[in-house]
Amino acid sequence: MAEKVGIYVCHCGSNIAGMVDVEEVAKWAGANIPDVVVSRDYKFMCSSLGQQMIEDDIKKEGLTRVVVGACSPHLHEKTFRRACSNAGMNPYLCQMTNLREHVSWVAVDRSAATLKAKALVSASAERVKMQKPLEPMSVKVNPATLVIGGGIAGLQATLELADAGYHVYLVEREPSIGGHMAQFDKTFPTLDCSACILTPKMSEVGQHENVTMMTYAEVEEVSGSVGEFTVKIRKRARYVEYAPCTGCGICIEKCPQKVVDTVFEAGLGYRKAIYTPFPQAVPRVPVIDVDNCRWFKQQKCKVCQKLCPTNAINYDQQDEVVEIKVGNIIAATGWKMFESKGLPQYGYGRLANVFTSLEFERLCNSAGPTNGKIVLRDGKTEPKSVAIIHCVGSRDTNHNEYCSGICCMASLKFGHLVLEKTNAEVYSFYIDMRANQKGYEEFYQRLLAEGMNFVRGKVAEITDAARKPSEEGKLIIQCEDTLQGRQRRIPVDMVVLMGALEPQADAKETGLKLGISCSMAGWYTERHPKLDPVATMTDGVFVAGVCQGPKDIPASVAQGAAAAARVMGMITKGTVTIEPIVASVTEEECSGCKICNTMCPYNAIEFDAAKEVSHVITALCKGCGTCVAACPAGAITGAHFNNQQIFAEIEGILWDAKPQAEPVSA
Amino acid sequence: MKYAYYPGCSLERNSAAYDVSVRQVADLLGIKLVELDDWNCCGATEFFSQDELVATSVIARNLALVDSQLNQLVAPCAACYLNLSKTDRLMAEHPHMNDKVNQCLAAGGLNYKPGSVRVRHILDVIYTDIGETAIRDKVVRPLTNLRIAPYYGCQVVRPDVAFDNPEYPMKMDELFQWVGAEVVDYPVKAHCCSGHMTQISEPQAYELIRRLLASAAEYKADMILCMCPMCQLNLDAYQAATNKYFGTNYKIPIIFFTQLLGVAFGLDTKKLGFGKEIVAAEPVLQSKLGANAAV
Amino acid sequence: MVTTHAFKGSAFLKEIIADTPGGERIVHCMQCGSCGGSCPNGADMQYTPRGVFALINANEREKVLTSNTMWCCVSCYFCTTRCPQQIPITEIMYALKRLAIAEGLARQTDAPALAKTFTDMVEWFGRSFELGLASRYYLFNKPLAMLKMGPLGLAMFTRGRMALLPTKIRQVGQLQAIIRKARELGGAS
Repeated sequence: MAEKVGIYVCHCGSNIAGMVDVEEVAKWAGANIPDVVVSRDYKFMCSSLGQQMIEDDIKKEGLTRVVVGACSPHLHEKTFRRACSNAGMNPYLCQMTNLREHVSWVAVDRSAATLKAKALVSASAERVKMQKPLEPMSVKVNPATLVIGGGIAGLQATLELADAGYHVYLVEREPSIGGHMAQFDKTFPTLDCSACILTPKMSEVGQHENVTMMTYAEVEEVSGSVGEFTVKIRKRARYVEYAPCTGCGICIEKCPQKVVDTVFEAGLGYRKAIYTPFPQAVPRVPVIDVDNCRWFKQQKCKVCQKLCPTNAINYDQQDEVVEIKVGNIIAATGWKMFESKGLPQYGYGRLANVFTSLEFERLCNSAGPTNGKIVLRDGKTEPKSVAIIHCVGSRDTNHNEYCSGICCMASLKFGHLVLEKTNAEVYSFYIDMRANQKGYEEFYQRLLAEGMNFVRGKVAEITDAARKPSEEGKLIIQCEDTLQGRQRRIPVDMVVLMGALEPQADAKETGLKLGISCSMAGWYTERHPKLDPVATMTDGVFVAGVCQGPKDIPASVAQGAAAAARVMGMITKGTVTIEPIVASVTEEECSGCKICNTMCPYNAIEFDAAKEVSHVITALCKGCGTCVAACPAGAITGAHFNNQQIFAEIEGILWDAKPQAEPVSA
Repeated sequence: MKYAYYPGCSLERNSAAYDVSVRQVADLLGIKLVELDDWNCCGATEFFSQDELVATSVIARNLALVDSQLNQLVAPCAACYLNLSKTDRLMAEHPHMNDKVNQCLAAGGLNYKPGSVRVRHILDVIYTDIGETAIRDKVVRPLTNLRIAPYYGCQVVRPDVAFDNPEYPMKMDELFQWVGAEVVDYPVKAHCCSGHMTQISEPQAYELIRRLLASAAEYKADMILCMCPMCQLNLDAYQAATNKYFGTNYKIPIIFFTQLLGVAFGLDTKKLGFGKEIVAAEPVLQSKLGANAAV
Repeated sequence: MVTTHAFKGSAFLKEIIADTPGGERIVHCMQCGSCGGSCPNGADMQYTPRGVFALINANEREKVLTSNTMWCCVSCYFCTTRCPQQIPITEIMYALKRLAIAEGLARQTDAPALAKTFTDMVEWFGRSFELGLASRYYLFNKPLAMLKMGPLGLAMFTRGRMALLPTKIRQVGQLQAIIRKARELGGAS
């Protein structure tokens, strides 16, 4: 019996109809595609009226298959499957054709776009006739969650989940949680103390009964899928036993080896070879830096071991790989600072008194290397003038095209701190002042009132080549003051470079482990840029904080909490529906060669020794199709993507191709 | 190692010291330079400000003349180097320009396929193709005690990032560290010498020249080393005029880097073109290198 | 991103884009001024390159072509390498010079005279000829300055750095044929 197909072509307002003649496509499909009994176009097919129209047709016309030519299935496949389901049709007998992202938005020629739309609708119609009813599968959700990254976004997500009574594994690469926020002195625009608002959250996480914190640790491998991920975590050897260590700090105090701290102190201060990054570190358990420890380098010293009151030092400790099971994962892996040496015209590394913004944070911080005194690189001279340079490596297609978002406000914060702590003049060199969050414009006005000097112009170069006596011994900022339309040279004592926020160096690698992708710039790609900025294309994996794109502390906290809320929704529901798009082996055709067993990236194929055939463990199968392609006997079928369906789709797309005459053999 | 060689008009006469020292040093290092037969002027910046197609076609004639056996063309002059490499790049990137330029070349019975000649600067060839070990091996008169300011100028390092950093080039610095000189790390080493401004706007030219001389003097350089005839001419021949204009008293010899490299390799200073510079360099060499400087 | 509508912009902007290889980047100018800040002669410019781009957008053709901006350009390419939007600024300066010369709008500069004298020598001989260039250029453009040039010319001459006669290439006819064809085809971009 022939199927009865209904075709529904959406205008999407003018989104599709502006470039595709949708009425013509619907009319053509009704007249030309075999087995089509209804073909309609409609202004907004996803509206309740549009859905109702499909439901009514299924009931009245006895449709057995539905094709909706509209937007991406990511947006509305669920909507139309539900409509079909409401009318009593199996939802997997509804097929979407993407006429918006794949046609109208990428086309420039209306008649070519219309032709392409016809071909795609024809392909879906031919395919949908071959589709089989399928039943969705459901998987239990493990209530434990993995949070990767112990910065402010990860901490917030961790606390939301743990406070709600769910277990969280928090993995942090550094020896302490806290992230970049722990390095800052003040936070904009309110100027409250960064540590004062961060450290309570850190200690809460550290002591929470529902949190398993793993610092100095990294995610090594992720397998499984939403509901039940298996994650391997490498806990690097600290050489200090966790249980006995009381965090008394005597080992740190007595360690004879000083090391320049290039991480927490941004190179401005020192730590010991055995250290915690900062006094309020969580956990208080130190780590030994083996590259600098005298025992590891020269087999001498052992001062820490001798003095430890609880015998916690263990030079033989090894890395440990632990395996955990979680239902969901939140990636909050943060960012790194642009390498300012990439812009030699700003002299960083060559001109002593050019500082990065992270260095300057440490200079301002009362717990920092200068006890909060803003001084030049010599450690004692107070600057008489300070220049703050915006957009260093941001808004620059030679480096990063994007705006880093936070630097304008951080510059104002620095300006305020300089004005408050010194008698120096402060200059901000900006391209556009971006102050578009709550309280930010007011903060800009405050700094204008405080007497910070604003020069609109991207700095061309910073030089010590004086042209006149007033420039001698100074750093000269050369730029165009674009509001005056003239070149200026402004001599200052100190320069702060507001470097771009960049994706972590290994963001892509971590993304591969999690099955999530990165934008061109390297930030993790959210499921939808407006409507789902927390989830990713991989079910059960969520993102929070700067790893998804530059953002400030309030936005990071909000996203961390939002990710946690999404995870809680999954846990509360208890099960998750997954697509029944899995492979299956036709036993009679299987030769038992086991090729598929080793090819499967998810270890979802087992060999049944008794029957001498392979079979797919449906719960583990992700429907990737690797085994289908690999099977030499053609014994494996991918549900919803079998050969018959694919070939029908190809034939449908080639509806206007003339059959070629058989080539004449020579 | 064999390369086609494009000396350019300046090296023919006003910067003959560059030409002879390039040839001598190349010979000693085993770089075989085969002068391009019947080459024509690259037009400096002057054709480009009148007619872009004339400019590129005039330059492309030289690229078309390169022997197909030699796929690298060495140009010591910065303007020639940039014009030759820029024309090759423009033809490669813009097919319609390639068409038009080749139509013009056809009028002279020539053709040129972009990408078939790689244009190199002599500093790049010495630094990259010969390299540190071979260069250290050739040093017979280490330039100990001589403080030199390497001056890169503009058009070899910008806009194309071929072999060095466009903002803060280092290759000449390193080269002269290999031969024992004290290299001063001064901030204006890739700034402009004023180009043709000495001809059309003296006050602007003198200011740019002054900036370079002042910085080199501040860093106590004994001499400035150039890699471009225009830079050498402006800093050397207009040094007196610049002094007069500003009431300064700079007296810094300006020579080509290949001349001093030749000294380190023990070549005869006379054969390296010394004595052609307006601010004499040899007295400084004598006083700094002492007996070492004598042949 | 596919732009589905025709490019909108001033007539002068379209003209500059058409006349400059890679000139289409000019539309990305965000008026940051890194060009004007970088220029060694920026302080002497009537409008910085940034200002010129704003004028081009506003179709202020005559203001731009009669300005001194492009004549201050020494082709050092600092603006080009530093431009955060990769606009070929030096090339745009050349395009402006060509337009100004072609339309007789070049003012406040001796550059067109120098360029013409220089390229005439190249067309006649195939090589540049400094003595010929200097004498013709100064004689016709700044005869008084020529007197000042005397001592320098002499110094150059005694050091063998200035020739009395030009060098002529063998196939000067071939070069002239190429140039004739280029003039006939008119413009490269």
